[in-house]
Amino acid sequence: MYNFTPYSALIGGLIIGCAVILFFYTTGKLAGISGIFASVITSKARRSSNILFLIGLVIGPLCFFYFTKEPAKFEITNSITLIIIGGFLVGLGTRMGGGCTSGHGICGISRISIRSMVATITFIISGMLTVFILQQFGIYK
Amino acid sequence: MNEKLFSLLSGIIFGIGLVISGMTNPEKVIGFLSLTYNWDASLIFVMGGAIIVTAPVFFILKNKTYSSLGVDIQLPQKKDLDKKLLLGSSLFGIGWGLVGLCPGPAISSIALFEPLTLIFLISMVSGILINKYI
Repeated sequence: MYNFTPYSALIGGLIIGCAVILFFYTTGKLAGISGIFASVITSKARRSSNILFLIGLVIGPLCFFYFTKEPAKFEITNSITLIIIGGFLVGLGTRMGGGCTSGHGICGISRISIRSMVATITFIISGMLTVFILQQFGIYK
Repeated sequence: MNEKLFSLLSGIIFGIGLVISGMTNPEKVIGFLSLTYNWDASLIFVMGGAIIVTAPVFFILKNKTYSSLGVDIQLPQKKDLDKKLLLGSSLFGIGWGLVGLCPGPAISSIALFEPLTLIFLISMVSGILINKYI
């Protein structure tokens, strides 16, 4: 596990937790990002505050990189075809299953929702199987 | 006004957390999903770190019906484990494994000016729209 970065992961996670709480405490909404993103596209309800949340998701990293001068790491090893299929399945799957890593994985689990626990275990196992299969075909290392 | 301001602020903090955690890098997420080769457990620490903060606060606030800004709190009411939950989460997992991006990091990666992110997001929008019409 030479890439393992427990400290930055934990600190990042704690900060994400604070954001979820601030969002819930003030707006009364759960910070499930796939849900917020989809509602901006498909519904008019509270659209401007939802859009501002998504803009914040981009401004945050911009500020971070601007002030820390840290190089941004972004490595994607896949072909465009797989990226298009992957994006499509993430959009379809998160809406059908009612949440993603933030909505089910963080908000749902911390609210002790059985549905979210089952969903999180399901998408982690399915993601692991997918990566395993791609490794057998030599697409991933 | 206040709701908009706090939405923006929450988004900014969430985005900073995502970058620090390393989850905006697809390679890092693939490392977590790669259980049999060079497994990288970092993602568990991200989710764990977030849940340590959110679980006690959600517990304390569980009977609230209004937020501090006076907005109705609407929480998911569904309890049953239906086919859609399992099928949807499985499909999401496949897409996640194919690229290493889930919705939050995909949006935050716009800040990195990576054209591949935009391709991913456009495909994601098409998936969302198709789900609405099936």
